[in-house]
Order: sequence, then C-alpha cells, then structure tokens
Amino acid sequence: MSVLEFDAVSVRYGKLTAVDGVRLTVPSGQVVGLVGESGSGKSTLARAAVGLAPVNAGRVLLDGVDVRKLPRRRPLQMVFQDPYSSLDPRMAIGESITEAMPRDTSRGARREEVARLLDLVHLGPDRAAMLPGQLSGGQRQRVALARALAGQPKVLIADEITSALDVSVQGAVLNLVRDVQRRLSLSMLFISHNLAVVRYVSDIVAVMYLGRIVEAGPAEQVLTDPQHPYTRDLLASAPSAHRNLLADTGDPLADTEPADPHHPPPGCRYHPRCPIGPLVHTDRTLCVSADPADDAAHRPHRAACHFAA
Amino acid sequence: MARRGSVWAAAVRTPVGACSAVLLAGVVLLAVLAPLLWGDAAAAIDTDAIGQGPSGAHWFGTDSLGRDLFFRTLVATRLSVGLAVLATAIGVGVGVLLGTLPSVLPRWAGRLLTAAVNVAVAFPGLLLALFLAVIFGVGTQGAVLAIAFAVAPAFARLVQTLSASVAGRDFIAAARVSGVGRIRLLARHVLPNIGEPLVVNATIGAGSALLAFAGLSFLGIGVQAPDYDWGRLLREGLDGIYVNPVAALGPCVAVVLAGLAFNLVGETVAGVVGVRTRASRRAAGPLPAPRPAAVAEPADDAVLVVENLQVAFPGPSGWTVPVRGVSFSVRPGEAIGVVGESGSGKSLTALAVSRLIETPGVVTADRLEFAGTPLAAASDRELGTSLAMVFQDPMTSFNPARRVGRQLAEVSEQHHGLSRRAAFARAIDRLTAVRVPAAARRARQYPHEFSGGMRQRAMIGMGLMGQPKLIIADEPTTALDVTVQRQVLRLLARTREAEGAAILLISHDIAVVSQTCERMLVMYAGRVVEDLPTGSPAQHPYTRALLATTVDLGTDRDEPLAVIPGRPPEPDQVPDGCAFADRCPLASERCRTEDPVLEPTADAHRVACWHPQVSVLSGRSQEEGAA
Amino acid sequence: MTTAAAPAGLRGSPWPAFAARRLARFAVSLWALLTAAFLMIHLVPGDPVRASLGLTAPAELVAAKRAELGLDDPLWVQYGHYVRGLLSGDFGTSMASGQPVAQVIGDRLPSTLQLAVLAFAVVVVVAVPVGVCFAVLTRGGRRRGAELGFTSVSVFLAAIPEFLVAVGLVALLAVGLGWFPVAGSDDVSAYVLPVAALAVGPAAVLSRMVRVELLSVLGADFVRTARAKRLPARLVYVRHALPNALTATLTLGGLMLTGMVAGTVLVENVFAWPGLGSTIVASILQKDYPLVQGIVLVYGVGVLLVNLLVDVVLGLLDPRSAIREA
Repeated sequence: MSVLEFDAVSVRYGKLTAVDGVRLTVPSGQVVGLVGESGSGKSTLARAAVGLAPVNAGRVLLDGVDVRKLPRRRPLQMVFQDPYSSLDPRMAIGESITEAMPRDTSRGARREEVARLLDLVHLGPDRAAMLPGQLSGGQRQRVALARALAGQPKVLIADEITSALDVSVQGAVLNLVRDVQRRLSLSMLFISHNLAVVRYVSDIVAVMYLGRIVEAGPAEQVLTDPQHPYTRDLLASAPSAHRNLLADTGDPLADTEPADPHHPPPGCRYHPRCPIGPLVHTDRTLCVSADPADDAAHRPHRAACHFAA
Repeated sequence: MARRGSVWAAAVRTPVGACSAVLLAGVVLLAVLAPLLWGDAAAAIDTDAIGQGPSGAHWFGTDSLGRDLFFRTLVATRLSVGLAVLATAIGVGVGVLLGTLPSVLPRWAGRLLTAAVNVAVAFPGLLLALFLAVIFGVGTQGAVLAIAFAVAPAFARLVQTLSASVAGRDFIAAARVSGVGRIRLLARHVLPNIGEPLVVNATIGAGSALLAFAGLSFLGIGVQAPDYDWGRLLREGLDGIYVNPVAALGPCVAVVLAGLAFNLVGETVAGVVGVRTRASRRAAGPLPAPRPAAVAEPADDAVLVVENLQVAFPGPSGWTVPVRGVSFSVRPGEAIGVVGESGSGKSLTALAVSRLIETPGVVTADRLEFAGTPLAAASDRELGTSLAMVFQDPMTSFNPARRVGRQLAEVSEQHHGLSRRAAFARAIDRLTAVRVPAAARRARQYPHEFSGGMRQRAMIGMGLMGQPKLIIADEPTTALDVTVQRQVLRLLARTREAEGAAILLISHDIAVVSQTCERMLVMYAGRVVEDLPTGSPAQHPYTRALLATTVDLGTDRDEPLAVIPGRPPEPDQVPDGCAFADRCPLASERCRTEDPVLEPTADAHRVACWHPQVSVLSGRSQEEGAA
Repeated sequence: MTTAAAPAGLRGSPWPAFAARRLARFAVSLWALLTAAFLMIHLVPGDPVRASLGLTAPAELVAAKRAELGLDDPLWVQYGHYVRGLLSGDFGTSMASGQPVAQVIGDRLPSTLQLAVLAFAVVVVVAVPVGVCFAVLTRGGRRRGAELGFTSVSVFLAAIPEFLVAVGLVALLAVGLGWFPVAGSDDVSAYVLPVAALAVGPAAVLSRMVRVELLSVLGADFVRTARAKRLPARLVYVRHALPNALTATLTLGGLMLTGMVAGTVLVENVFAWPGLGSTIVASILQKDYPLVQGIVLVYGVGVLLVNLLVDVVLGLLDPRSAIREA
C-alpha cells in the first residue's frame, strides 16, 4: 500500500517542456487513468517517475520519499507500450523476469518465483525457457507484466500497454492487469490515449493536455460531468455506440489543429481550440492573458479552465 | 540448436555459401600447410634460373635470386593472412573497447571519446594507416599496429551506432527500471544484441585488412625482407612486369581470392544470422485455385465489383495467400467499411482493388471492375482522376523532398493537361476545400511541416484533384489522435456528400466503421466472413466476438471484458475448414473440415458460417463470443 | 515519451543552427588534425632527426638540425611556432631535399587532384545510371538472373583494391597489348589506366548502393502514393524515387570520394605518377618527417572539406536533415 505523488513535476528536453508543473496523486491501492493525445507528455510523466526522464523541477514522491533517493531497485515498476521491443529478444523470458527480482533472492527461490509469476499472468511455468520471439504479442505483454511484478512493486505504471495489440487480445490483457492490481492491492498509474479503456480500468481519471493536467477527478464524475472543454472534446471524439461520430456539432473550431508542444500558446493552452474560449466568445480575453492552471485547485475536478462548468 | 545447425547447412548449399566455404577452407589450409610443405622450395636460391618467365618447372617464373615464385606465393599465405587476422583482432578489440567505454565512463569522458572517434572515422583507413606507420615505424610490427588502429575507429563507431539503436529499445529501459546496473546492462543486454553484426563486420574487416596490409607491403612500408607477403611479392613482380607479368599477377590473384573469401564468408554469416534478410522470391509452383464463393449479381451501376479476389505472394515453401477469394461490390455514393484484425488481408484487398499490388504479388479475380471497366484495362487517367486513395501513415505517404502543393498539382498536370501554374492553383483550391488553413502558404511547405491530421487532409485533397467516384481509405485515422480522427472522418463524410463519391474505409476499429459506414465487410484470415448493414445484428460468431471485445464508453466496468481465445492462423497455415473454428465456441466437426461459403441469409446480409446466430438481440448482449 | 506530432508550423529556419553546427564540427576536426600532425613527430620513438639523418651522422649535425627544427624548445612553444607557421603558409622544410614543404606540395598536388577528380567524375557518370538501370530491371524480384549477375560482378569488383586493379590493367593493357603507357603522366593516354584503376572499385560499390537505395525507396509509402496518382513510371522514378535514393547515397558518395583520395596513394605508386601519393611514401621511407607532416595535413584537410561539402549538399537536398539535427 503506497502513494505515488507528482509534486509540481517538470520535464524538459532542450527547449521543449514536455511536462510542465504536474501535480497528481495516485492514492494507495487505486488506479489513476491518465489520458491525453500524443505529445501531451503523459508517457514522459511516467518515465520521469521511474527515472527514465530527467525531473527538472519538482519531485516525484513515493510514500513521501523522493524517488531519486530510493535505492536502484525501486518499488516502482513499469510495463511498456510495445511488447515486441520491451523484452530482450535474446534472453529467455524466465531470465528476464529473474533479473528484475531483488538481489537477495536465493537461486531456488528465484525459480519458484518465476513459476509463480508466470502462473499469475496465466502462462505455463514451462515457458520460462522460451525466447520472446516464440510468443504472441499478448503473451509477451503478460511476460512484461510478470517482470514488473518480480520487482515487488508497490506502485505499477502501465504505459499504453494495449495500444500495440489487436482488440481480441486487448481484453485479455486488461482483464489480467485489473485482476492483478486488485489481488495485490497495487497503486497504479494507467496511461492510455483511449478514453474508453481508461474509463474501464480507472478509479480516478486525469486528463493531460500539452504537458499539463487540465482535469482530474473520480472516473464516473469526470466522464459524466466533465468540467474542462478539452475533456468534453475527448468524450465527443471517442467512438461510441450511442453517439454519431459524424454529427456536425456546429462547432466553428472543429477543424483546428492541435497546438505545437514546442510553442505552447500563452494563457490557457487550450484557447486556440476551445469552443467556449476567446475565439468564440470574443469577450473572454482572460483565456489569452491568464493561465487557468494557477487557481485550478479551487475548481471542481481541479479543472484548468477559467470558465469551467 | 539443431535448427541453427540446419540453417548453416542450408547456407553452405547456396552458391555463395558453397563458394565462401571452399575458398575459406583453401586459404586456411594453405596458411597452415604451405610453409611446412614448400617452405624450403620457396627459399631455395637457384643462380641458374634468375628472373625467368613461367615454365613447366617454375609456374610463375622465378625472382631475381632464382627462387620459385609459385611456391613463394603459396608460402606467403601464412604471413599475409595471419598478419591481417592479427591486425583485425587487435583493431576490433580496441574498437569494441572504445565503442563501449562511453556508456560506462562518466558523461563528459564518454562524450569526449565519442567525439574523438567521430573525428578519426572521417579519415580513410589507408591514410590513418600511413600516418600511424610513421609513428609505429616501418616494418611488420609497425604495419600491424598501424592497420589495427586504423580499423579501430570504424569499429568503435559501429559499436556505438549499434548500441545506440539497441539502447533506444524499450527492453533496455525496462531493465533499467528493474534496477539492472550499467555493467550488466552492457554485458547481458547490449553486447549480445549487437554481437552478430559485429562478427559479420569483423569478418569483412579482416578481408579489408588483408588488402590494406598488401597495400602497405606493396608500398614498402609493411613487411620487410627477408620476410615476404603477397604485397612484397607484388612490388617485386611489378618491377619486372615487362619480363614476367605473371610474377605480379600471381600474388594479385592470391590477394583477391583471399579477400573475397573473407567477404563472402561475411555475407554468408550475415545471411544466416539475419543481419541482412533476403526476401525469398522463388516462384513456387502453380497458384492455388481460390475457393468459389456465391456471388449475387451486383447492381448495374456499381462503382466497384470484386468477385473471388485472390492475392498471393511466393514464399520459400509455396504460395502464401493472404487474400483468399473476396467478393463484394460498392454502389455509387455508398460507404462500406472493411473490418478485421492485423493480418486479415483487409489492406491487401484495398491495394488489390486499386491495382497497386506489385510483383512478386499476384492478383487474380473472376471479376474486378471499376466504374464498369475491367480494372486491368482501365486507363491511368481514369484511375488517376476517379479513384482516390488515402493511406494509413500520413508521415511516410508524402514524398519528403517535394512541396505538398506540387505533389497535389502533379495529378492535374498529368491527367488534366494543366500547366504547372494552373495545376498549382488548383492544388491550393483543393487544399482549401479540405479545410487546410492558409492553403496558399501551406501548399509551398514540405510534408514534415504539416501535422499528421493536416497531412491526411492534404492526402484527401490530392484525391479531390480529380472527380473521385470511389475513395479508398486504408486505416486513414489509425496514426491520429481521437480528436483529429473525428475531424478526418468528418471530412471524408463531407467529401462523400459533396462529390457523390463512394467510400471504402479499411479499419481495425469496428466502432469507427459502424458509425461511419452503411455496410461493413468483416474479414478474417483472408476472407470476408460477414457482409452486413451496420445497423443490423451480426450473425457470424467472429463479428459478434469482435463487437463484444470492443471497449467503449458504455462497457460495464464491473464485468471482465469479453475475450477471443487463441489467435488467427498464419496466412501460410490456413486450415481446410473454417479458419475461425479453432477460436469459435460454436465450432462443430463440419466447421473443421468444410470451409463455409459466404451466402446471403437475409436482405443485404451475407454470412460465411455453418452456425450463424440469427437472433433479435444485438451482438453485444450475446455471451457466445466471450469464452 | 510518445513521439510528438511534427511541429505544425516552423517558426524560424533551422538553417543557421545547422550551418553553425557543421562549421563548428569542421573547426574541431581541423584542430584535431593539426594537433595530430604536430604530435606525429614527437610520437616517433627515439630521435626523429637521428632517425632521419641515419646512425652515422655526426652528433653536431644532429644537434644543429634539432636546433633548426626547434625541437629543443618546450612542446607548447613548438606548437605555437607550428600553428603560426601554418597560418602564414610555412609548412617547414624538407629534411631530405631542403626545399620548403609548401613548394613540394604545390608542385605535386595538382596531379593528384586531377587524378582524383577525374576518377570521381567517371565513377558518378558510370555508377549512377548502371545502378538505376539494374534497380528498375530487377525491382520486385524480377529478372533473378540479371540480379545475380550484377550482384556477383559488383561484389567481385568492389573486393579488389585499386592497386591490384592497377597492376592487372598494366599487365593486360600496357604490357600485354601495349595500348597505354606503363607509367608517367605525359599525355592524355597516360591518364586512362590510373583513372580506370581508381574508378573501378568505387563504381562497383556505388552502383550497388544506388540500386539498393532505389529499391528500398521504391518500396516506400510515398512511391505507392505516386503510383496511386497514376503517374507514368518515368515520373515516379525521376521525380519521386531517384532524388530520395540519391540523397541516401550521398553520404556514401562522400566516403568514397575521401577513400579515393587515399586510393591515389597506391595508384600513384604503381604508375609512378608525380603526385602527392608517391611523394608521401618516399618521404615516409626516407623519414623526411616535415614533408610527411605537411602532406598528411593536406590529405586530411581534403577529407574534411569533402565531408563538409557532403553535409551542406545533403542539407540543401533533403529539407529534413537540417531539422533532424536540431
């Protein structure tokens, strides 16, 4: 049972600020779903937590301790997007799993643990000697999960773990992750561009746009009563049996482009695309001049919008 | 390991493999045996036979001391090859060290080393060797060191690039997250994954070292008398080339053969370990006959008529047939979606009906007509102006080196006979039509200056340069974000309305298709298994399972997701019966032996299944699909 | 992080940064080259003057020569002298002939340049069309025979170093048939064999490369787009495939050109060509270090210039390369 906390975390690559002052808490035993488009910085945030991206400002705290002060083997593990790239093609999967175990595990214990973990992810223990090339994408993703669990994490980060998989396989992996998370009461940060998948898995949903969290709150609330216009746009764009994707919303900004992360707009970062922003309501100059992130904490769902409703 | 062994055996049986094996064996044997067998004969001075040409007694003639040049050439094998291998070994060792050190050293030291290697590698090996020969001194030892250190930077660079490409892969990141240390990371993850290309390059490098050594000795900088290698023999032979050309040509041939041996072995090893994969292109017997399908007579005005379409590719063990007898037709203005998982043949179907499959792929069909004319006979102008294509990856589907406007304008220059200027103006007009903002400026930009969504718009605009009757969109939104996906899908719908064009939308996302199309074709393992109006309930167990597994905003969070057990068959291992039988909860004996034919079951509904589920309920509430 | 969408509109050209970066790299390499050439003399084991003048030379002569060369000064003083000398065109004096090194280089450089430039022109003129032809003929696995023939011949030719080609050509065409002179650079016919010897290998490599690159470009998505536009095959090749393939080949072209600079050393020695190559070998054997130093410098600068040129041309041809760097 552990809490992962992003405390005003910023990540910069050269001039690009990929993550900009993000505050987000993954409460103990809960799943926080992080959704956003490509380039929004959601994967960078995950990589910052596990030390794969530099934290230029702010802190990532695990149970109140800065993760940079933790030993090399952290109780914070990650499952990656592409199961074809995240397993060493020349290492037997059993060994990949063993490698992630704490150092002090004895040889015999290790073999037992590999068998237990493989069993946990519904793969036969006899597969330990196989190379990743002999497994399908879904099976590899299970192995990747087993490896993450071998590190005995308190917090698990899942970064787009089903986006490289076919739909027929996606369900099985999602079921497994949910099952494991509940059984081990892991805290989990679940990242996806697919709102429907995030909704299915998460207790809390956070929406990210251009390096900022623009809205966060309990999953049902955020999805049924979205406060930020971007969240509403995401919801409207998600294919659903109940809505016509092609219905013209009469929105004059429907065809605007996503902003360039290298040159974020001033004020509210969403204003050039916002259907309730200054381009539609010309009197809302506030959106161009003031950053709504500053007093987001006081609004429902911590929405970063001056006109959140 | 047995598998590996057989691969080697197979490699040796290829012409290149056999050649290289024979050559290498010859070189090695000579290097070992020649000095023992003919060492004395090669050293024997015969004052009666000085500077002779080739004869029965002396095949290559004799040198200025009357020594037999043929034997000398054979005996020189050991020194020539041995020194080359020695120099390569040292060079590769130093190179690997220089290449791997930056990942272990502190950051600044690593950068400095990398920069030094980058400077050194810009200079040709021979120049480096000459420079180093000055420092190490003229002679055998100096030459070995010179060549070794001349080879080293290139290998360091190779190791660096290879490890950088490995280091960028997620398994390295995963190992780091698991707490694996730098040294172990290098030893267990990086080096094993770059080992094979290194061995290949070292082998080829040994060939180059052999030639370089011969070069140095030839210049008089390498091996010194009384020792001799091929380079020295060559130098001596060249001086007397008018008297006895063979004296120079003999060592030449030896050097070339030995160099070739190393190169060919390198190529063979590369082929076996798959560093360079060579696609098998052997045509393998006659094409398999497609299985017949029941075909309804298409409407007279159909834009596209496809009957029994088959796409086959020759493989190493016979034909692979990823599309196996697909039939459908598209009426004017109709929007049809083609749905399936990866490998179902949906994209190949799209390419085949737009005549874009290239050799070695083979397309056959009982009937394949576009706008009333057989596709094979359709003119380029007809297709270029009335069949529009939108491809999956907007990143790569534009020529990176041409301005976007010009790429659109080409269509009108070619098919409408417009001038460059007029065609460009039309391109700007069309970009405006697909709502690209500031079209006149954007038309002059390069594709990389466009965002993904904008590029996809421009691609649709390209189709609108003519008057499309049919737009084939192959996963047009897969690479895009959902909000942009909606924009592009809307644009397609608008275009369809404005132009009266039919749309064939290929997608893996059944939700997208069911919301944008009137009819959908569900493909599985190269066949259409169901053809249904998007509103009506699915009857094929696969379609129903696909619907059930799709997560949407209405999915019940308290229930586990439906899954389809197993995975689709590989295209070269499709069973005789129904390809879905192994994963189907309803499969019977008949399903495993007899392949069901796509047959009409109700109005505008076709199913290829022995046990279609005709029910009033929608596919979603059914449990059969979820095993 | 997930791959960020390409910038929607570029603000500011990446060119100045790209150019600055390249020039900086050139400057650093040049400095490294200068320093390496300077240190060369000091890295020679033992006393270079003694080595040069021979063991029998009287001690006074050696000492005088050392003083003349400034070898007794502290290293950094010598380095300063050296760099200042280079800046004013003073490359030192040959120990063997007593001539200024700059003069020797000035005499010999033109013949070497002629040879290299001619050979490079021949390579490009021959290899590009041949590579393109075979790519077009053998695309998509067509004409297996032609592919096999082309591959084996080009692999074979590429495997033979230029000096062996040179010896072979001399034996066959000069000695055997007497068509061309064996050595020297007196008239036009004397150019044929050296240029051919230099060009054969690189031409084989380049044509193979052109073919491979063109084939890979022909498989690219944007070529499929061009075919979907139903452009005539000629336009697909000339407008869409070839420019991209040649851009990819350019880097190799640069490597080849620098390799050719090195190749001249051997070929000049076969044909007794009065260029830098025969001079450097002679001076290495005579241990005439100042001369070696000067010639190494000239070759090195040549190589660096070629690399710079390739980078610039690549930046001009491929609008992405400048940005990829940034």
